[in-house]
Amino acid sequence: MRAFTYERPVDMAAAVVAIGKPGAKFLGGGTNLLDLMKVEAETPQHLVDVSRLPLARISEEDGGLRIGATATNSDLAADSRVRERYPVLSRAVLNGASGQLRNQATTGGNLLQRTRCYYFYDPSMPCNKRVPGSGCSALKGFNRIHAVLGGSDACIAVHPSDMAVALSVLDAEVEVQSASGRRRIKITDLHRLPEATPHKDTTLANGELITAVILPAPPAGGQVYRKVRDRASYDFALVSVAAVVEREGNRIRSARIAMGGVAHKPWRALEAERQLAGADLSDDAFAAAGEAAVKGAQGRGHNDFKIALAARTVARALIEAAAQNKA
Amino acid sequence: MSNTPVTRRGLLGSGAALGAALHGGRTFAQSSSDGAGAMTVEVGLTVNGAHHNLRLDPRTTLLDALRDHLGLTGSKKGCDHGQCGACTVLIDGVRKNSCLNLAMSCDDREITTIEGLGTEQALHPVQVAFVKHDGFQCGFCTPGQICSAVGMLAELKRGLPSAVTPQLTAAAMEVAEAEVRERMSGNICRCAAYPNIVAAILDAAGKA
Repeated sequence: MRAFTYERPVDMAAAVVAIGKPGAKFLGGGTNLLDLMKVEAETPQHLVDVSRLPLARISEEDGGLRIGATATNSDLAADSRVRERYPVLSRAVLNGASGQLRNQATTGGNLLQRTRCYYFYDPSMPCNKRVPGSGCSALKGFNRIHAVLGGSDACIAVHPSDMAVALSVLDAEVEVQSASGRRRIKITDLHRLPEATPHKDTTLANGELITAVILPAPPAGGQVYRKVRDRASYDFALVSVAAVVEREGNRIRSARIAMGGVAHKPWRALEAERQLAGADLSDDAFAAAGEAAVKGAQGRGHNDFKIALAARTVARALIEAAAQNKA
Repeated sequence: MSNTPVTRRGLLGSGAALGAALHGGRTFAQSSSDGAGAMTVEVGLTVNGAHHNLRLDPRTTLLDALRDHLGLTGSKKGCDHGQCGACTVLIDGVRKNSCLNLAMSCDDREITTIEGLGTEQALHPVQVAFVKHDGFQCGFCTPGQICSAVGMLAELKRGLPSAVTPQLTAAAMEVAEAEVRERMSGNICRCAAYPNIVAAILDAAGKA
């Protein structure tokens, strides 16, 4: 681990100033950042520990919820309002990591965690995300866990968050604060595709601190989070799906679909959603939506299986969500 | 302050001034008093009810501080990446991986390790259950398993749901084998003593 200095600012004003120091990074729960520092995939010169800032509250706001950025994954998943109104979010969070990690990891940090691509973690291997311009080892290497949608010749890493996939179907917004002000970003605009600059995971500007995630009123319909992984627990998704289906008798009034484990960002399948809106309720309609969700997908060899897996997981999640929303 | 180049000495000075002005926040005075030029910080840690003042490299994890500086070698370094759970301790009563915490970020916390859970004369009920059910083979993961189980049972009591909880909105959580297995998935046992570990935890929870 490279040497660094450390401070724990008392309030947000101090934090957004402290982040202006050379090589400074915010430290939340640290479950990912500290791990990356050990392998020197991250080498901050200064840590600004924001874990004690008064941002842990979850509160009612405009018919929805405001989730403070330092609310832990455990507290978020256990919040009675989240469990009742946003079960897809509670389920997604509970399906990620371990009990110990969820007790420490924060809401903001979950969104900003970095890919688990093994080449990103291995300083002896080229990786455009870690060292821009060095090349991508996954393209022709072991790429079983890698992206089938939205990848580029520079990077096929996937975003590892389960929470962000659920937030995508909930149309959440992310509130960020910097020394120059505050703004809100749609969750689907927070993460970016790798293109030629995969070292940038998000659209955040330098020095911006996530202060909250804002949930609008919950969508009508049944909510499901379905995760497929190599182990039954405590593993990242090969494919995951967050689905919301609103029924009207034997018709589908509306559907929302987001996928994890398939792209550099949570992947909202808008075309598949449009296809379902107003359609007759049937397993065939959901299977077709699954196919639409992976339209244009490109396998890289070891991860070819993800395309069929994603289509089927989307269909299954939609069927389950529709079953929950029996009129 | 943010506009001036930060040197180690400059940070020391500004840090001391800032520290005096803050309530609850913390800037650590850093010095290179070890003679070799390595930077160290003064860190106070409260472990098993006792307070210790340590001089540490800022990079020191809580796990390394416990093992190498306080001689509390019950907490084990299995993977050092938060994947195996052998380093699990209770921080303010909540189970966490000590390998993924910087020691100096824990200076305002109460830390409980396996050494603080019980004594040889009066073992913690979860320790008693592990002995009774032979909940280990080589024993390396056991301190982490037991600390994790103590934290997990408290989570169950508080009604925290898990990924296998059938009804998220249930008022009380069931203490069942499937729940224990899911909730303990952050603790790996390479001897695969899982059946006895689960039996011990169910017993400790009064459910065996």
